[in-house]
Amino acid sequence: MNKLPAEAAAHPVLGLRSPLTPSQTAARARRFGAFYYADMWIRRMRGYQGTVLMTAVGTPLIYLLGMGTGLAVLIDANSDAGFPGSNGSTVSYLVFLGPALVATAALMVSSEENTWTVMGGFKWHRTYYGPNASPLSSGQIASGHVMGQAFRLLLTTGIYYLFLLLFGAVPQPETGWLMVFTALLAGLAFGMPLLAFSATLKEDRGQLTMVQRFVVMPLFLFSGTFFPLDNLPLGVRWIGWISPLWHSTELGRVLSYGHPEPAAMTALHLAYLLVLSAVGLVLARRNFTRRLAG
Amino acid sequence: MSQITSTKTVPETRSDFVISARNLTKSYGDFTAVNGISFDVPPGESFGLLGPNGAGKSTTMKMIGGVSQRSGGELSIMGLDPNRYGPEVRAHLGVVPQQDNLDEDLRVRDNLLAYGRYFGLPKSYLQPKADELLEFAQLADKAKARVDSLSGGMKRRLTIARSLINDPKILLLDEPTTGLDPQARHILWDRLFRLKEAGVTLILTTHYMDEAEQLCDRLIVVDKGAIMAEGSPAALIREHSTREVVELRFGSDRNTTVASELEGIGERLETLPDRVLIYADDGEAALEAVTGRGLRPITSLVRRSSLEDVFLRLTGRSLVE
Amino acid sequence: MSTQNSTAPTSLVPRDRFLGSLYGRNTRAVIARGLKATWGTNWSIMVSGFVEPVLYLVAMGIGLGALVGTVTGPGGEEIGYANYIAPALLAVSAMNGAVYDSTMNVFSKLNYSRLYEGMLSTPLGPLDVAMGEIFLALLRGAMYATGFTAVMGAMGLITSPWALLMIPAAVVIAFGFASFGMAVTSYMKTFQQLDWVNMVMLPMFLLSATFYPLSVYPGPMQSVIQALPLWHGVEMLRQISVGIFNWGTAGHLLYFVVMIAIGLTLTTRRLRALFLK
Repeated sequence: MNKLPAEAAAHPVLGLRSPLTPSQTAARARRFGAFYYADMWIRRMRGYQGTVLMTAVGTPLIYLLGMGTGLAVLIDANSDAGFPGSNGSTVSYLVFLGPALVATAALMVSSEENTWTVMGGFKWHRTYYGPNASPLSSGQIASGHVMGQAFRLLLTTGIYYLFLLLFGAVPQPETGWLMVFTALLAGLAFGMPLLAFSATLKEDRGQLTMVQRFVVMPLFLFSGTFFPLDNLPLGVRWIGWISPLWHSTELGRVLSYGHPEPAAMTALHLAYLLVLSAVGLVLARRNFTRRLAG
Repeated sequence: MSQITSTKTVPETRSDFVISARNLTKSYGDFTAVNGISFDVPPGESFGLLGPNGAGKSTTMKMIGGVSQRSGGELSIMGLDPNRYGPEVRAHLGVVPQQDNLDEDLRVRDNLLAYGRYFGLPKSYLQPKADELLEFAQLADKAKARVDSLSGGMKRRLTIARSLINDPKILLLDEPTTGLDPQARHILWDRLFRLKEAGVTLILTTHYMDEAEQLCDRLIVVDKGAIMAEGSPAALIREHSTREVVELRFGSDRNTTVASELEGIGERLETLPDRVLIYADDGEAALEAVTGRGLRPITSLVRRSSLEDVFLRLTGRSLVE
Repeated sequence: MSTQNSTAPTSLVPRDRFLGSLYGRNTRAVIARGLKATWGTNWSIMVSGFVEPVLYLVAMGIGLGALVGTVTGPGGEEIGYANYIAPALLAVSAMNGAVYDSTMNVFSKLNYSRLYEGMLSTPLGPLDVAMGEIFLALLRGAMYATGFTAVMGAMGLITSPWALLMIPAAVVIAFGFASFGMAVTSYMKTFQQLDWVNMVMLPMFLLSATFYPLSVYPGPMQSVIQALPLWHGVEMLRQISVGIFNWGTAGHLLYFVVMIAIGLTLTTRRLRALFLK
């Protein structure tokens, strides 16, 4: 080169050598790549930890105050029977509502992390392409993204559960705490197929808004969350049957207050959530690979 | 961890070339982006792919980078097939993509640390390495800054710093200076030149001839997915162009009509929409011949031949439209 | 063209006029662009926007209604639960739409698509842009309100012809929130800060007597909620829906008139901060 800037000579030449050979880094990446990405995902979350914590703490507080105590006054006064609990007992509206709220919170977080975040990774900030040029594989990036959001989901459902305890909304805490995980499953069972879908979007021409309006909202409202699913006419009751939110909520109710239902039904709820999560994850990994390494 | 052994045995090859491509092809449906190109890059060389937008440069880079599966031909990076040994190949490389994809949720220094984690590198190495790289990229005072507060040139330098976090022997640079102002480009070229001096193999694509001339020991001229010519910048110019070029402008309407009156001057004539080029070993003499014929161009310029002229000669088109 | 200076018949110096430096008197251009963009590219998103309150109405009206039974309406008479929540949902929808349009939408056009940068390099001023955006938000609000009222009619929830007045009243509510929202946006620096807007909206939505009467709360809590704009919107529409008017109705309306006046003043003052950084 003919002309070097005068001060350039003052800069040191790169001296530090990597302690690992390329084949060693590749071997590590093959084994732990998804964890590396998840680790980074969680670090990045610090960038918006205010939002995460505010949503995780504020939402339960407001819903429990509004629906759990306010609306409950109206409902408990009007419906004399209450909601069926274990062994013929009945429970209050607040207890009935609790597991639904925890699962709903997971659904909402998941609907965010598997749509806008994914568009950001592929298009707006292209954050998936950086790691994709490293030894990580595209599938590992997808899996790492899932692990990272599972962390946020657990944070959300865990905090929500503590609020339920605080409001005295869990009659059987010895099994009730498991709803933290059944709610996580609601998030994943809904989120994984959505992740697979978002990974195919080249551009957001409003598809994600449509998902929000025509998938997330109906699932939220028609999944037996605020009232038993049987209160709805058959014409819309099927929404609940296919909704991960309903299956997770029913599981949570069994765990929280012994909501009476046949054991086979409980098994079906769990199986449905697991299958949906697994199929979604496989599709998501495939779509990530197609997009990033086609 | 004391010893890491891969479950699969990665073939150890002692090839003379760090990169070797034979009939490399990539098609998307009916469209062939890269159409059977072959080249070899020895270690320490600075190798360029020069061509216009859409020539297939970026696609080639993605295949070398192990993030795009080739449709045909053979490719080996450090003796490894990227289709099979993606992670191993990428572990050898530093990659500077065409579009910056820095992590805007992380601060400048954290971008380097986070990226190093993808290689499974320990903190004890990454911390001092990040500082060294920030110094190298002249970003030490920006270590704690937000990425979105950086200028275009700074982002580019940070991307280069990031690509060096794993201490790679091969650096892939896709259009490294596109969109930067002249000063930012010169700073960047200086940094790349230093890497070259340190023995790093540079593979870069560009559609700037000055960049190719500054940085490349050897280059291939690519157009429509195929190699048009190969050689050092000087050899390419010698082979495909004359020593000097006279650029004449007669005004948009007259360039074509005047061209016929210029026949016989110099070795060759190119008529472009905005100017006429005369290729001659002695430019001044050619210009005198033009005025001798009573022609009065609005502007005239005698310059040395460049890769732009090589490209024009090979494809009949200008490199930068 | 009249000119101030008789010696220079083609003076380029404009006449002094109110907010001259901020206002290019061409709000129409902003509105025309907005309509074109909406109908040209994302009309389906726009049209589907009124679906959300309808879903709430169907789900809560039917599903929750079965649990609640009847509720005491504005005139003291017992009304169905769907009848009770429908006007409230309309008020919420007017709020949500207006706040979205004046915060999120303005913020992203300002910082991401840089739409306003282009507009403001023409003779258009920030006031043209602000008024244009508010007008578009209100137009949208009016359409949603009309659609929602039609759905109410189809569900048999309209019991008085006065209910049609809910449409303009919803626009008034939207105006109140939109004029304030833009002033709030002028203080925003990052997208994350917009999440705080949602954190203000969510409690307003759930607590402002939307799904149950205020009487379930203890006294001091009631006073807090009665100070919030959404509660006034909900009560106003609820009264209109059954055609029962009293001094309270006028009070609710007055609340919004004052809110609009203060919001517009603030927004105008913050225009430079918002658009001319």
